[in-house]
Amino acid sequence: MSIIVNHLSYIYNQGTVYELKALSDVSFKIDDSEYIGLLGATGSGKSTLVQVLNGLITPSEGSVYYNGEDIFERDYDRKQLRSRVGLVFQYPEHQLFEADVFSDVCFGPANLGLSRTECELRAYEALKMVGLRDEDFYVSPFDLSGGEKRRAAIAGVLAMKPEILILDEPVAGLDPGGRDEILLLIKRIREETGMTVILVSHSMDDAAENSERLLVMHEGQLLFDASPKEVFSEYETLLEIGLDIPQVTKVLRGLKSMGVQINCDAITLREAKEEILRSFGIR
Amino acid sequence: MLREITLGQYYPAGSILHRLDPRVKLIGTFLFIISMFMFETLPGYVFAAAFLAAVIYLSGVPFSFMVKGLKAVVILMLITVVFDIFLTPGEPLFSFYGITATKEGVELSVKMVIRLSFLILGSSVMTLTTTPNELTDGLEKLLSFLRIFKVPVHEIAMMMSIALTFIPILTEEADRIMKAQMARGADFENGGLIKRVKALVPVMVPLFVSAFRRAGELALAMEARCYRGGSGRTRMKPLVYKRRDRLAYVILLAYLVIAVIIA
Repeated sequence: MSIIVNHLSYIYNQGTVYELKALSDVSFKIDDSEYIGLLGATGSGKSTLVQVLNGLITPSEGSVYYNGEDIFERDYDRKQLRSRVGLVFQYPEHQLFEADVFSDVCFGPANLGLSRTECELRAYEALKMVGLRDEDFYVSPFDLSGGEKRRAAIAGVLAMKPEILILDEPVAGLDPGGRDEILLLIKRIREETGMTVILVSHSMDDAAENSERLLVMHEGQLLFDASPKEVFSEYETLLEIGLDIPQVTKVLRGLKSMGVQINCDAITLREAKEEILRSFGIR
Repeated sequence: MLREITLGQYYPAGSILHRLDPRVKLIGTFLFIISMFMFETLPGYVFAAAFLAAVIYLSGVPFSFMVKGLKAVVILMLITVVFDIFLTPGEPLFSFYGITATKEGVELSVKMVIRLSFLILGSSVMTLTTTPNELTDGLEKLLSFLRIFKVPVHEIAMMMSIALTFIPILTEEADRIMKAQMARGADFENGGLIKRVKALVPVMVPLFVSAFRRAGELALAMEARCYRGGSGRTRMKPLVYKRRDRLAYVILLAYLVIAVIIA
């Protein structure tokens, strides 16, 4: 269940004065069950890239292979693709429209042509998975809190049982509690189902905490494709393109500049703690 | 997907015409339209064509953009031509199933085609070189004398410019919601009429919700900045005539005088 992206380019409004190159010559490969962080400043092409992966927009050049098949072939079933590559948009709660949460989650599976029982079964399962309470299943989605709405919207995509889950900034606009809940939820879903996760994010800390591999976009190009440790060792380059390194790595760098003998490649809180304790000879 | 719907007609090019005061362009377009109805003879049309060509050249907008506006009225022109040729009384040219084409009719239809296309081209120059918001500003200022008759000129202009700002925002929003629903397997392209209309419900509901939310937010933001209508309100960029605007008025006046003499 691999995705291969081959020399992908995308140009908005091609041939007009508003022409804008959003992606240029991007290539990479994603394997089964990876947890990938997709990083980049605003306007770097992240959102365009995930829309291409979902077959929503057709690239100007290049191709995308899903399980060895070109998804932009004329007779490729892109509707089927969208059920296997689930895409959760930014602010997904803005897409809720049904009279109650449960019917809204049923929308996806129903579009796949499944039987009513099967749709409801999947909706129930998905809503349970995202941790919504039973009494919220039949209220209007507009009456839920911000975090609950978002979980309901994520359930709407999960109910299609995708093999790959792409989330475009799933924690944007949530309070710290809501953020942690969503990130934990994604982690748990991945452990339970073994699906591949691509997390588009602005936050270096979230990316460092969760991802096994990072793709960094800059002005439509793929700048880095490496492990979080390798990427975050490029502090200067990251700053230049409007990104950053995790908070804890900054603390370690600060300590080092003050003359402490310390190794700066820790990127998560746990690693940093170990490193600091070690360097002060406590452990 | 909906991106193809244009954001107004504006073509950014920073020419002298782009920098002119919108009022000059509005009045100029108006005068040009009037002049087109004065001309009856060939010299008049040649003069108008020369003036139009000069203005288009100055605007820095590619001619192909101008022609796009013409395409929209081709059908209207065809209908006019057919009616003019066959329904104008005069010297008969040929007959066709009992209806007769006349020499006068052919002359009239040629005139009408020239007039119509000049009208469209003339007003395209204005809309291509002026942003919709500049146009509303210009209209507001030009029509402000109507306030004496208790016409809420400012309020109408404000409504117009808010509506204009919302068009691209809502288009983008609709595009995003459509894509989000497509990602959930929605199908907008296949099926009969009823099925397709039904398929739009998952787009329209969130779109309306978001339009109301945005409208509410905008109203709040305006109130937070003490907006209370037009009277006594100053502008960040007041419309002031500059030298080039006065010069443009002189040219327009000269055009009008010559036009009257020729006609």
